[in-house]
Amino acid sequence: MTNYRIQGETGEWEVVIGLEVHAQVTSNAKLFSGAATAFGAEPNTQVSLVDAAMPGMLPVPNRECIRQAVRTGMAIEAQINKYSRFDRKNYFYADLPQGYQISQLYHPIVGEGALTIDADEKAGIAEDKVIGIERIHVEQDAGKLMHDQHPTMSYVDLNRSGVALMEIVSKPDMRSPAEAGAYVRKLRSILRYVGSCDGNMEEGSMRADVNVSVRKPGEEFGTRTETKNVNSVRFVMQVIEYEANRQVEVLESGGTVDQETRLFDPGTGTTRTMRSKEDAHDYRYFPDPDLLPLELEDSFLDECRASLPELPDAKRARYEGELGLTPYNARELTAEVETFARFETLLSVAAAKIGKSEAKVATQVANWALSVAPGVMKSLGEEADPANATAEAQASILAMQDKGEISGGQAKEIYEIVLKTGRDPEEIADAEGLKQVSDTGAIEAAIDEIIANNSDKVEEYRGGKDKLFGFFVGQTMKAMQGKANPAVVNQILKDKLG
Amino acid sequence: MTEFTNLGVKEIRDGVAGGDFTAREVAESFNAAVAAAAELNAFIVTTPDHALAAADSVDAKRAKGEDLGIMGGVPIGMKDLFATKGVQTTAASHILEGFTPQYESTVSQKLWDAGAGMLGKLNLDQFAMGSSNETSYFGNVNSPWRKEGANAGMSPGGSSGGSSSAVAARIAPAATGTDTGGSIRQPAAFTGICGIKPTYGRCSRWGVVAFASSLDQAGPMARSVEDCAIMLKAMAGFDPKDATSLQMDVPNWEAALSADLKGKKIGIPKEYRMDGTDEEILKSWEQGKEWLRDAGAEIVDVSLPHTKYALPAYYIVAPAEASSNLARYDGVRYGLRDLPDGAGLQDMYAATRAEGFGDEVKRRILIGTYVLSAGFYDAYYTQAQKIRTLVAQDFAKAFEQCDAILAPTTPTASFPLGSLNEDPLTMYLNDVFAVPASLAGLPAMSVPAMVNSDGLPLGLQIVGKPFDEQSVLNTGLAIQQRAGFDAAPEKWW
Amino acid sequence: MSVTREEVAKIASLARIKMGEEELDRMVPELNNILDWVEQLGEVDTAGVEPMTAVIPNTVRLRDDVVDAIPETSGGRREDVLANAPAAEHGFFGVPKVIE
Ligand SMILES: [Mg+2]
Ligand SMILES: [Zn+2]
Repeated sequence: MTNYRIQGETGEWEVVIGLEVHAQVTSNAKLFSGAATAFGAEPNTQVSLVDAAMPGMLPVPNRECIRQAVRTGMAIEAQINKYSRFDRKNYFYADLPQGYQISQLYHPIVGEGALTIDADEKAGIAEDKVIGIERIHVEQDAGKLMHDQHPTMSYVDLNRSGVALMEIVSKPDMRSPAEAGAYVRKLRSILRYVGSCDGNMEEGSMRADVNVSVRKPGEEFGTRTETKNVNSVRFVMQVIEYEANRQVEVLESGGTVDQETRLFDPGTGTTRTMRSKEDAHDYRYFPDPDLLPLELEDSFLDECRASLPELPDAKRARYEGELGLTPYNARELTAEVETFARFETLLSVAAAKIGKSEAKVATQVANWALSVAPGVMKSLGEEADPANATAEAQASILAMQDKGEISGGQAKEIYEIVLKTGRDPEEIADAEGLKQVSDTGAIEAAIDEIIANNSDKVEEYRGGKDKLFGFFVGQTMKAMQGKANPAVVNQILKDKLG
Repeated sequence: MTEFTNLGVKEIRDGVAGGDFTAREVAESFNAAVAAAAELNAFIVTTPDHALAAADSVDAKRAKGEDLGIMGGVPIGMKDLFATKGVQTTAASHILEGFTPQYESTVSQKLWDAGAGMLGKLNLDQFAMGSSNETSYFGNVNSPWRKEGANAGMSPGGSSGGSSSAVAARIAPAATGTDTGGSIRQPAAFTGICGIKPTYGRCSRWGVVAFASSLDQAGPMARSVEDCAIMLKAMAGFDPKDATSLQMDVPNWEAALSADLKGKKIGIPKEYRMDGTDEEILKSWEQGKEWLRDAGAEIVDVSLPHTKYALPAYYIVAPAEASSNLARYDGVRYGLRDLPDGAGLQDMYAATRAEGFGDEVKRRILIGTYVLSAGFYDAYYTQAQKIRTLVAQDFAKAFEQCDAILAPTTPTASFPLGSLNEDPLTMYLNDVFAVPASLAGLPAMSVPAMVNSDGLPLGLQIVGKPFDEQSVLNTGLAIQQRAGFDAAPEKWW
Repeated sequence: MSVTREEVAKIASLARIKMGEEELDRMVPELNNILDWVEQLGEVDTAGVEPMTAVIPNTVRLRDDVVDAIPETSGGRREDVLANAPAAEHGFFGVPKVIE
């Protein structure tokens, strides 16, 4: 796999990407006030006097927000700073009631760490790659402006004002849109494993500021642009494509890239300069005098560490190693919290029902969970009630299959009925006759008849035409209306044909 | 009726509790005095009904034999920097004119809970920025004091000048003040009353319009050390809504008051003998040492070598914090909005803030914006905060040798209104003795010592160790008992 | 160090305070006086001195993650939040239209 390059008139260009991801911290109350954080409330109903920056209001930090940032830092094996501070970032905007954002510039709570993006041939990522994390700091979210509700006014909703964000700043270590996409997906996965952010990009729980520059391979970093608030993986990749090509064009036509803030237009897939450019921002950061230094105790850090779950990389390694799953299955099953949670539940229920170790049944369960079950669900469409897809029911089906009571086809048929009706799989198998016949007497009788009716083919087979074995199997299954246990059929045929 | 207005906090509280008179009688008397003193311009709004309602509630409690609270039946003035629910709160600015909070500051709530009532919202320097009470949007406050044989209006000091004027004029027995760089102590000194700024964090800042967050502290202003001790207890205490609030018990300072200073050492900082300090001020300082020796204290020389740099450091730190704290006054959510024809959002901000802030406030916002701006931050702000560390270390070292420090409160007595307006710097120098304790967050108090040859009061300042308000109050009490300060301004209003 | 008229104008704009010519003329020498005076802080050797971060040695207290635990700092009080707004409509604050 060759590296991602932009072909310019003057040769190849390399793109250099760094991401600042703003992730909403999962918490009940806001970072500095007791107002709720729930999404979608009526305007200004989740706003305290503190969030509205009334005169004399003061911030008091929420322990849970600090805790989640620390746990996130631990999940990327970052340095946790036992001493950190909050700083004020000063600027004027209608969505920023205080006239400053409380953030952390000089002493962030989390220092350097790293995240590994996984090899993905299809996406052009040849091998696993470590992306450096510069820092994670905690800060306040801003409110929301609505521009289309009134002819001459914008409306301000402060519900989000003061909600806790983690800003996760990567190093400029990514070199292609695919790597950036993989980084955001992996980061999202880790955050969701840790439970520090719900990762819901549509609701704005994760937004990325995309820093892009281009250079000739091996040369110094070029001037970068920052495209703000990009809220999907696809858009992040589009921004990079667009910006990289735009910058190459600018540079090759003799121009220079301005270090500037840009906005992404999802409609056109392009970026443009933010209008408020003349206001070269001077944020006048200084330590927030309303907030004393934050010092974390060892007991607090210990609790944070102890509460961390098994993380995606470790889980994936365990699936491959202990459970013997293929690398593909292991990756698919560990990508999302919901996927592995469903899989692990099903695996444990199925192993118990079958009476074998989890490792022994893992491959069967993984195949079922990744391809069979979703296939049935998909084919039914609206007819399926996902609530019927219980681990209990699926494990019953897997157990019947494991014992040879039902065939793969029957398993699917039974699952269809389960999804539509919620009936018990064993009851379905009995009532609907969806069971394999393992009764050797019935099968022997059928086979005897087939051998008697096809003496020519028996001769040929015995004469060395092995391929004909399939013919006898097919005939037997047909005679048994497809319900014979294939293993039993094979055995008896072998015995009788000699 | 009028004799009630000569009473202080303790006398009123004990008189009401003892049934000598009712809280309502007291409130009516002070309401009338307030109404008759409009010329002082000490109040921005008066709230006679609040005072009466609080008084009636105290009287009703007394009838039922319930606890009246440590401020039971005492009507007070509330500096208009404290948010008061349903009562206009302006910080003496145009930008907050008409602003009616839907909330009550922690300190004012504590006072109401302790049985106090509110006579009105007291005038002050705009956003507490000033030392003469000439920066208020609602006009200068007059000191009740005048030079002997003169008619010129005198400054009551600032920023708590409405408070000092009202208490000195006996139209309020006590008032709240706030002190960022001397704003309780300097006006107290100018008007012959007592005022204490407690240790930073003793009084909650929640609901107090912020000037400079790392310096702002509320405190009481009253005519005696005892009254300050009582009222400070009512105001102080841990507040979960203020992350800088001290999580400590509030001592019963009143009960532990003692003017006996035997075994105590009082430090005299040599660096406070500055050029330009008034001879009579120096004399009062000498006299103060004598009084404290008389009270049993040992007088020791101490050194606070960075004193000279405290004031310029303050004039970086305080404006820097203020420039940020005042960013919220933008015409979006409350207060003034100036929206010129066709103006966009940013134009609205600039117009609103130009219209809503006075000159001194603008000056400090500009200084603060400048010292925080890119390229200047370290040279100004960081350097000032380092000097602040040195100032605090000076005090810490001095307190290894003494229990409290005695110094003048101000370099001069009060001055005529309008006389220092030419140059902001001369005005700033008023706080040269007050600012070091502010930078170090230490408890500090001014008590009246004497009147000068012009017949104007002079104050002495006591600075204590962190959390040791008791030593400050006790030293103040020793001075009070010996000074026998009973001068009162002659009523001209 | 002293500030020029242009610098003062820039600071005023950064601070969102509209200033007329005359006001700027007045402000420039006043600010320079103050800045000249604070210049003396440069004399102090502060090598190895930590800038003050907490007036009273203390660290920040954290609160529990409970919604509306203290009435004064709770949400769900839109009326109070909008009570003093110069332009409140349909539960929003109104500002002149912003074009991003
Ligand atoms: Mg950014
Ligand atoms: Zn950010």
